[in-house]
Amino acid sequence: MTTTTTLPAEERVVRREALYFAVRNTKLLIGFGIVLVLLLVGLLGPLLLGSAPPNEYVAGPMLPPSAEHWFGTTTFGQDVFTQFVYGLRTTFLAGAMGGGIAAVIAMAIGFVAGYRGGLVDEVLNMLTNVVLVIPTLAVLLIINAYLGIRSVGLQALFIGLTSWPWAARAIRAQTFSLRSRDFVDLARLSGVSTRRIIMREIAPNMSSYLFMTFILLFGGSILIAASLDFIGLGPTEGVSLGLMLQNATQWSALQLGLWWWFVPPGAAITAVVGALYVANVGLDEVFNPKLRET
Amino acid sequence: MLKVDNVTKVYKVGTFGGRTMTAVDAVSFDVRPGEVVSLIGESGSGKSTLGKMILGLVPITSGSITVDGVAVRPGKEYYRSVQGVFQDPFSCYNPVFKADRVFRLIKESYYPSVPDAEWDERVRSAIRDVRLNPDEVLGKFPHQLSGGQLQRLLIARALLLDLKLLIADEITSMLDASTRIDVLNLLAELKGRGLGVLYVTHDLSLGHYLAERTVVLRRGTVVEMGVTAKVFDDPLHPYTRQLLSAVPRLHAPWEEATPVTTCLYHERGATGGLLEADPGHFVACAQLSDC
Repeated sequence: MTTTTTLPAEERVVRREALYFAVRNTKLLIGFGIVLVLLLVGLLGPLLLGSAPPNEYVAGPMLPPSAEHWFGTTTFGQDVFTQFVYGLRTTFLAGAMGGGIAAVIAMAIGFVAGYRGGLVDEVLNMLTNVVLVIPTLAVLLIINAYLGIRSVGLQALFIGLTSWPWAARAIRAQTFSLRSRDFVDLARLSGVSTRRIIMREIAPNMSSYLFMTFILLFGGSILIAASLDFIGLGPTEGVSLGLMLQNATQWSALQLGLWWWFVPPGAAITAVVGALYVANVGLDEVFNPKLRET
Repeated sequence: MLKVDNVTKVYKVGTFGGRTMTAVDAVSFDVRPGEVVSLIGESGSGKSTLGKMILGLVPITSGSITVDGVAVRPGKEYYRSVQGVFQDPFSCYNPVFKADRVFRLIKESYYPSVPDAEWDERVRSAIRDVRLNPDEVLGKFPHQLSGGQLQRLLIARALLLDLKLLIADEITSMLDASTRIDVLNLLAELKGRGLGVLYVTHDLSLGHYLAERTVVLRRGTVVEMGVTAKVFDDPLHPYTRQLLSAVPRLHAPWEEATPVTTCLYHERGATGGLLEADPGHFVACAQLSDC
């Protein structure tokens, strides 16, 4: 480690340093690589495929993968790859929106409850516990069934509004333990405001933790969305990986040996969530200077 | 300068604060400029709570704490003249940032207009004041520095401000013997700058080494206080005697403390507060069976 002779603007330095270690971390690169590839497939694929709607009947039924139909066709002659590409897009949207909304709520409630403590904590904690014990899936079923036309955004919103409690509790607990550390007191003695203490002293200490929370919420949203799709309460328009799995099951793809119908969506869901986990381990090493050294 | 007047701290514990716990009970003492006062007491005697109340980190239940006549008001202005150094140097640094961030926070809050180069020179000179080599300690992460280096950096941090009062809360308990004496001598030097130091400790010998005056705290109340020499040579309260006899001596085996047979406090008919037994030597009721 070289000794710097000037005191640098340390905020920038931390960022630059994190980047330095990030691009040298195999786990992080592999994890983000996989997610990025699938994300690009979802984003760019529909543009390259032209405007062919994903549920169009384009070819003979039950064709195995070929040069023309990369992932084969369904019982009805729909192109599985087209469905997969559009489905990825929907799934990423549901995951990012649902996970994002849940993460924002969880962080706001977790940080405030954990840092403030006392009565504020009691009230917020009670709210969290109430939402936690609401049978989420049942409520989602009722709401989704009640609404005639359902969009992906609405689905994601409901998922986001109901899936944050465990994350809020986790962040609260972590904030609680960090708050009592002396460096928080020392920051207060340096005249730093509460908001900045949370954002710049406490949050950086749990950045990998927060990221993992987001990953779990992201993955959880994808899974809840897939579950809703699977039982027929998904978006009324379009296609998602969950809807593909539902159709495959409904039309006995497994019994008919149409593995190309259900393997791609299942593998994609697993790959996205798994890759994010691997990336998280890498990120932990990037953010925690102690883990960089062996 | 620092005046602690009849200060009480009651903690609410349990769900919705159902029960209470008195940590500090009607404590009064003062610290003058250029003076080290040691606050001695066992674990749970409320000495750290007192330190934190003076720093405004813990609210006061009743009583008043003033510095130069101004009440404790947590915020930038107050911390410009009152600072603290804590027990565990490893916990005082945010582990994800470099150690010199503590200086950067001071600059951002108090000296935003000072040019970087000039600030850098000030930091380096403060670091040299605590007898560290700036090149060795700047630009490093906390885990790459030793406890003694970290603790001294925290003192250097406090020196960057126009300090009047320093609360040193058990600052040597995590250090090894040789570093400890360095840090203590450093505190003694601060006196020369006209600083008042409140030295919170459970170690009597360190208090004796350093302090002009001593306050002995027990279960949240002051049992004895006064000029260090008087308190140590002629302890009046049974608790102080017991504490002093508990210090291991190099050339003498352990022996029982001379028991206190009469309660000076009641003998002289004192009521309320402490009895001034000698000029500058105060004692509380001995709480004997007939008190």
